[in-house]
Amino acid sequence: MNPNKKRLRRSMMFLNAQKPGLIKDPYIYKPDSIILDLEDAVAMKEKDAARYSLFHALREIDYHGVERVVRINGLDTEFWVEDVRCAVAGGADAIRVPKVERASDIKMVENAIISCENEFGVEPGRTLIMAALESARGVLAAMEICESSERLFGIALSGGDYTKDLQTVISGTGIEMMGARQHMIIAARATGVQCFDTVFTNLDDMEGFRKDVETIHTMGFDGKSIVNPRQIPIVHEIYTPKPKDIIFAQKVVKEIEEKSAQGIGVFTVDGKMIDIAFYDGAKRTLELAKASGVYKEGEL
Amino acid sequence: MINAVGRDIPEEILEITGKEVFQGNFYKDGVEFAEAGPVTRPVMNNHHNKLVKDIHEALVKCNAHDGMTVSFHHHFREGDLIVCMVMEEIHKMGLKDITICASSLGKAHDALVPMIEDGTITNIESSGVRGKIGEAISTGKLKGLATMRSHGGRVRAITTGESKIDIAFIGAPTCDDYGNCRGIGGKADCGVLSYAVVDSNQAHYCVAITDCLVPFPNFPAHIPMTKIDYVCVVDEIGVPSKIATGAAKPTTDQRKLLMAQYCTDVVVNTPWFKDGFSYQTGVGGASIASTIYLAEIMRERNIKMGFGVGGLTKAMCQLLEDGMARVLLDTQDFDLDAVRSLKNPNHHRIAAGLYANPMNKGAVVNKLDYVVLASLEVDIHFNCNVVVGSDGMITGAQGGHPDTAQGAKCTIVICPLLQGRIPAICTDVTTVTTPGESIDVVVTDYGVAVNPARQDILEALKAADCVPLKTIEELRDIAYGIVGEPERVQFGERVVGIIEARDGTIMDVVREIKPFEFRESIN
Repeated sequence: MNPNKKRLRRSMMFLNAQKPGLIKDPYIYKPDSIILDLEDAVAMKEKDAARYSLFHALREIDYHGVERVVRINGLDTEFWVEDVRCAVAGGADAIRVPKVERASDIKMVENAIISCENEFGVEPGRTLIMAALESARGVLAAMEICESSERLFGIALSGGDYTKDLQTVISGTGIEMMGARQHMIIAARATGVQCFDTVFTNLDDMEGFRKDVETIHTMGFDGKSIVNPRQIPIVHEIYTPKPKDIIFAQKVVKEIEEKSAQGIGVFTVDGKMIDIAFYDGAKRTLELAKASGVYKEGEL
Repeated sequence: MINAVGRDIPEEILEITGKEVFQGNFYKDGVEFAEAGPVTRPVMNNHHNKLVKDIHEALVKCNAHDGMTVSFHHHFREGDLIVCMVMEEIHKMGLKDITICASSLGKAHDALVPMIEDGTITNIESSGVRGKIGEAISTGKLKGLATMRSHGGRVRAITTGESKIDIAFIGAPTCDDYGNCRGIGGKADCGVLSYAVVDSNQAHYCVAITDCLVPFPNFPAHIPMTKIDYVCVVDEIGVPSKIATGAAKPTTDQRKLLMAQYCTDVVVNTPWFKDGFSYQTGVGGASIASTIYLAEIMRERNIKMGFGVGGLTKAMCQLLEDGMARVLLDTQDFDLDAVRSLKNPNHHRIAAGLYANPMNKGAVVNKLDYVVLASLEVDIHFNCNVVVGSDGMITGAQGGHPDTAQGAKCTIVICPLLQGRIPAICTDVTTVTTPGESIDVVVTDYGVAVNPARQDILEALKAADCVPLKTIEELRDIAYGIVGEPERVQFGERVVGIIEARDGTIMDVVREIKPFEFRESIN
C-alpha cells in the first residue's frame, strides 16, 4: 500500500491552479493538503494555460511536505485525460475526481493514471485518488466507490452540487447535508478509507465555520475542504487533541497493554470503565496528536 | 566616497550640499552646535490686523520672492488642499526657483508637476513623495535636488539652520484672528499639528490658513499667536474623508495575520515585554493586527504598556481606552478614532522635534522599547528601503522610520518575502533609507531573521522556540528560489535626490531612472 494513503488530512485547501500568487507558497499556512484546481475555478478557454502553470508548479516548487492533490475536470468533459497526464507527469500526489457516481468512474481514472505513470516513468502506484461525491446517486454509491480502487484514499462530499441535486440549498444549519454526511462517513469507515467534508464559503461567518467543523469532527470526518487559509487554524485547532485527551489516551494505551498481559479484560482509568475496544481510539488520538505536533512519543 | 552602509556618494553631491557621508548612527552624538533662530517682527500696536483677504495678499506681505523656501505640514494627508492652493498663487505671481520644504508630499499634490516642469519649483525637501511628483523627480524633471529626510531629520535640518524657511503655511482646522491654531475641530479635523511646530518656531514669516475662524482666544493653542504673522481664511483647507481615512477594518489576509502573529511572538518573547514597556507601530494591516494580538497577551499576563507613540490608529487608542496603555504620545492621527481619543487626558500631542529630532537633548524615540515598521525592501545587511520602489521610482516616504528604528531597543520590520514578483528580501536594497545597524528583527511570511549584531534577541527567541528562525541570507535565498534574482534597476548618471540620514549626513543618492535595456541590446 502507498504509505501516504492514510496520512493526516485535516485541511485540504483549494487553489486555482492558474493563479501563480496562490500556488507559489500555500505551505506557509501549513495546510495538510492543497487541491490545485483545474475544474470549476478555471474558465473553459483557460484550461490549457492552467495545466501549464500546474505542471511547472508541481515540478518547480518545494511544497515542504504538503500533499499536492490535483482536481481534474469532470469525466463528462474533453479535458480530464490531459489533466491526468499533466498531473501525473508533474508528480502530483493524488488526483481528485469530481462528480463520481459509480466505481467504474474511478476505474477509468485509475487506468488513465496507470498508463501515465508508465508513460512518464513515475513510480507505479505513486498517484493516489480521491472521489468527490456531488449527487444523490454518487452518495448512495459511496460503498462501491470506496472499494473501487486500492489507490483511493478517501471520499469527499461536494455540498454545492449535492444540494442542487436534492433540489434544496445550503441553509447554514447543515440539515440538508445530514444524510449524505452520515451515509458517507459510515461507508468510509466500513471500507477503511478517509472521509472529507465539503467547503464552507462564507468567509465573513467564521463562527458558523467553526460550528460546521465541530459538527463534522464529532461525526468522525477526517478533515474538511477549505477555500481560504484563514480557515486552516480553526480546523487544526478543533482537530488537534486537547492535552487532557492526550494524557487520557496515553494512560489507556499503557493500562491496556499492561492489563492484557496480566489477563485482565476490564478495568478503570480515571474512573472510566475501559476495555480493549478503547485501544484503537486511544492509539488514534496519540497518532493525531503526534501528527499535529503537540505530542512526542513517550511524553506525558 | 563610500559611506558606512557601503553606498558610493558622488563627490560633486558632497560639494553641492556641503554634507558628509553617513558614518554610523552615533557619529554626531554629543557634538556641540548652535541652533539657528528666525528673523522676526514684534507686534506692539494693538490695532494690528493679522487677517489678510487671500493667499495673494499673504504672499505679498510676507515678501514672497524668487528662490524662497516655503514650508507645509502634511497632517491633512491625501486630503490636503493647502500646498496646491499656495503654490498655484505663487505660480500665478510668476515666481521661480522655489524650494518646497514639506513634512511630506503625496498624491494630493500631483498638480505641482507642471510647476516642477516650468521651473517654478526647483528643489523639494520632504520625508518622501508619492504619486506623480515622485515620477517627476525620478525622471529628472526637478532642476535641483530632492532631499528626503525623516521626520526627526527635518526638525534637525530646520533648527540647525540648514533649511531656512522664508514662509511657513500652516493649515489650521481652527484658528482665531490673532493666529492661535488648533489641530482639532472645524471642518478639516486632523487632531494635531505636530509637524508644523518647528516651522512656526523657525520660519521668517508664518501664515495660518484656516476654513474655520473662531473667536479669540482659540485656546489651548497648538501653535500660538506669538508665532503667526498673518491669518488667511479660505473656503476649504482639506477633504475630511481623505484626512482621517476612517477606522480601517482589521485585515483578514491570512498572510498578514501570519506575519502579525510572528511579530507578536517576537515582542512577547524578548526581555523588554514587561509591565511599563513602550511601543510604536505603523498603519499597515499586519502592524495593526499585531497590536490586536499583543493586546490579548497583555490582558492574559496583566502587562500594561507604559506609553505608546506615533502616528496613531484605533488599535493603539483602544489600548488607552481599555486601560492597557497608560499614556499615548501623538504626532499624527490616521483615523477618526485617534482624533476622538485626543479627549482622553492621557493622550498627549507632541511636536515632531520632541518625538524624533536626533540633535536635541534626547527625543522620545530614544525611550522606545519596541517599534514595528514596514519596508519595501530589506537586504542581507538589514538595510531598509522605504522610499524608492524596486522599479527605481520614488514612491514612498521615510516618515519616522529611521528615527524610531535607531531609537528603539528592539526594532522589528514586517515585510512579506515577495512583493508580487519582486523579492523584498534581497542582496542589496535599491536605495538605503534606514541603516541595517538600526534594524534588529525582520519578520516575513516565511520566517523571522534576527540581526547577528543582536545575539541577545536571537538567544531569547531560540529559547522560546516561538517563531521559525532563519538567517536573512536564507530568507533571501528562498525569495530568489521562488521568483529568481532580478536584474538590477538601471539608473542614469544624474543624481535627482539624496536620502539624508537623521543627522544630516548622506545615506544614499537616488538617480534618474532610464528605460530598461536588455542585455542583448547593451552588448
